[in-house]
Amino acid sequence: MAVEGAEPAVRTVTPSYRRLAQRFVSPITQTRGVARWILFAGLFITGVFVVAAIFAPWVAHYGFAQKRADGVSFPKRSAPSGEHPFGTNDQFYDVLSRVVWGSRTALLVVLLSLVASIIVGVLLGLLSGYLGGLLDRVLVLLMDALFSFPSLLLAIVFAFLLSERLGGGILAAALSLTVIYIPQYFRVVRNTTVTAREATYVEAARSIGAGRWTIMRRYLLPNVVHSVPVVGTLNAADAIGTLAALGFLGLGIQPQDAAEWGYDLKRALTDISSGIWWTAVFPGLAIVLLVTGLTLVGEGLNETINPTLRRRRLLPVTLPPRTQDERS
Amino acid sequence: MPKKPEVVAEPQTLIDIDDVSVHFQLRGGSLSRLLGRDTGSVRAVDGVTIKLATGEVLGLVGESGSGKTTLGRSLLGLVQPTSGRIVYDGADIVGLSERQLRPLRTRLQMVFQDPNAALNPAMTIAEQVGHPLTIHKLASRGDVRQRVGEALERVGLAPVERFLDKYPSDLSGGQKQRAVLARAIITGPTLLVADEPISMLDMSVRAKILQLMIDLRASLNLTYVYITHDLASAKFFCDRVAIMYLGRVVEIGPTAEIFADPKHPYTKALLAAIPDPDPDRAVPRDLPRGEIPDAAEPPTGCSFHPRCPAAFELCGWERRDLKALLERHWASVPPEEYERERQLVGDIDGLDEPGGPAVVQPGRASSARDMNVLVQRLQGAAPDDPFWRGVRDIREVGSGVEVQFEDGHDPRLRPSGGVDVACHLY
Repeated sequence: MAVEGAEPAVRTVTPSYRRLAQRFVSPITQTRGVARWILFAGLFITGVFVVAAIFAPWVAHYGFAQKRADGVSFPKRSAPSGEHPFGTNDQFYDVLSRVVWGSRTALLVVLLSLVASIIVGVLLGLLSGYLGGLLDRVLVLLMDALFSFPSLLLAIVFAFLLSERLGGGILAAALSLTVIYIPQYFRVVRNTTVTAREATYVEAARSIGAGRWTIMRRYLLPNVVHSVPVVGTLNAADAIGTLAALGFLGLGIQPQDAAEWGYDLKRALTDISSGIWWTAVFPGLAIVLLVTGLTLVGEGLNETINPTLRRRRLLPVTLPPRTQDERS
Repeated sequence: MPKKPEVVAEPQTLIDIDDVSVHFQLRGGSLSRLLGRDTGSVRAVDGVTIKLATGEVLGLVGESGSGKTTLGRSLLGLVQPTSGRIVYDGADIVGLSERQLRPLRTRLQMVFQDPNAALNPAMTIAEQVGHPLTIHKLASRGDVRQRVGEALERVGLAPVERFLDKYPSDLSGGQKQRAVLARAIITGPTLLVADEPISMLDMSVRAKILQLMIDLRASLNLTYVYITHDLASAKFFCDRVAIMYLGRVVEIGPTAEIFADPKHPYTKALLAAIPDPDPDRAVPRDLPRGEIPDAAEPPTGCSFHPRCPAAFELCGWERRDLKALLERHWASVPPEEYERERQLVGDIDGLDEPGGPAVVQPGRASSARDMNVLVQRLQGAAPDDPFWRGVRDIREVGSGVEVQFEDGHDPRLRPSGGVDVACHLY
């Protein structure tokens, strides 16, 4: 029954979505030179981590909190070997498995916080920019206040507050990161909305009788979210660092809940003086690589999407065959 | 046999615009905003009364800043008039909320100046042309696409399939304006406000769009308000023309009469400004001097008098005209003479306030006598300037010179011949 009703709607809507996707993808395929290399290098590095995160149970030999296999305990702080390619740490954990599972934690937290902060930030920015007035003033003031705090400090405060309510899990970490990134989306969307609000097509929408919600949803939203993907990827890189910093300070995810690179770094701090390098180098390298990858994606996207930076490949012009029905 | 109803009956009034004013509050500087001072207002539309008959095409003509667009937007409730009534279908639409206006939006539609900006870049043509139907729930989902097809065909975007799923960026300017027209007519409106619909288009497309609008008028029984600064297209398109200046209608009447016998000096000047393709028939172009004045502080009396070649005693002369005269004079003399004369005159910023009489204080090294001589010389240099017709007396008062003006007043629209004109000459 429901399927029958949905059928024609789907048929009419699909081409539009496909075209929308094309419009989004086409600037990427049209890139050239450095922008293209930056984007593709970033996508490759990030892709490796995404694969590791998704297939963590198969990529990693052991669980993130596993101390023994086949009834045999792992050695403590053993150097990299065939059995443990990245060695083991002071808690008997396999470092390689911790790094692989850590990528799952990192990406999951970042994804959750990004989605939450984009939804909240874009929605508030749209409301604030379009409705204006007192709401706009209050929100701008609030967001500027949030923005002026050092982001790590803010994350620490929220992690502290949230860990009491939600425990030290992934959700608490994601929410405390969400708070610090909302102002960025809010600002970007609010400012573009203020400009777009004055556009003729918005007045045209009013003149055909569209209500506030319709104008915001159909006329403003698609025209103000252009820069959100760029801000998003750049924030993702930043969020990896902040999450690791939280873990390093012991405020992030607790070791029983998930593997976390920042926490591992903190444990490794004492090992460095005794010449045990592998417990610190591999989680640290993972952080650096993933941050680099995401930053490259962000910069690459910025160069492809931002029209002031974008350089399109010049394509040879082919004229279509003449047709009879060319008018105006 | 019963008498047939008269075909050429008294035309029915569709919209009655009654003494409508739209004043915009000026924002002023940040300090005056903080202190909540009154920053004055711009009178974009200032007491306009027009009756619009069903099926008529009314042209609103004027320079930039004359208030024609604001008046057009207020007809649709896109701007709220400060005072006055706009009666549509027996009901006043002034002061209605957005929600109350919504049912009317199917019958009052607008075509915008810039077709590149009037379409949402993120919606396909089919979506946005059909959006009025979706918003007002006038058609089911499947019907919308069909109705869109019909509307596109009507405005000449055929074959329809080529345009339905295009985005505005894929279309040319003329095609976009056709799509805007299609969106405007899809709900079957009675009134279409067209705000300079052809001014952003290529010359080659303009005539086609105008012709399309004429065709639509015949086939859909539309009433147009055609806003333009282009008198040539107004002559071609309109039944009646209202000439606007600084928020007021200065002349209104049937197009033929206005073009054959323009009454108001401003209308004459506008007509003289129409380019003439015949190089041998160079008409004397006594275009109005200067720019359209500041609508926040319009000139006293007739607001056109500072630019009017035919102005006389009644037109409302004032201080600012003396300053303008001084500045015009100084702009025309050699720099040495300007330096000399500028020394004679003291502070002339006092002449910025509206009203009269004007008192000019002499500079440090001069006397009231010198001032009087200067003013006499000004009169000698340009005795034909309409300004001197408005001067009643020039005399030395204390240390300065006072220039007294004739009492002027504001001309009202009065019938003259077949038209209504707001000028003391008629």
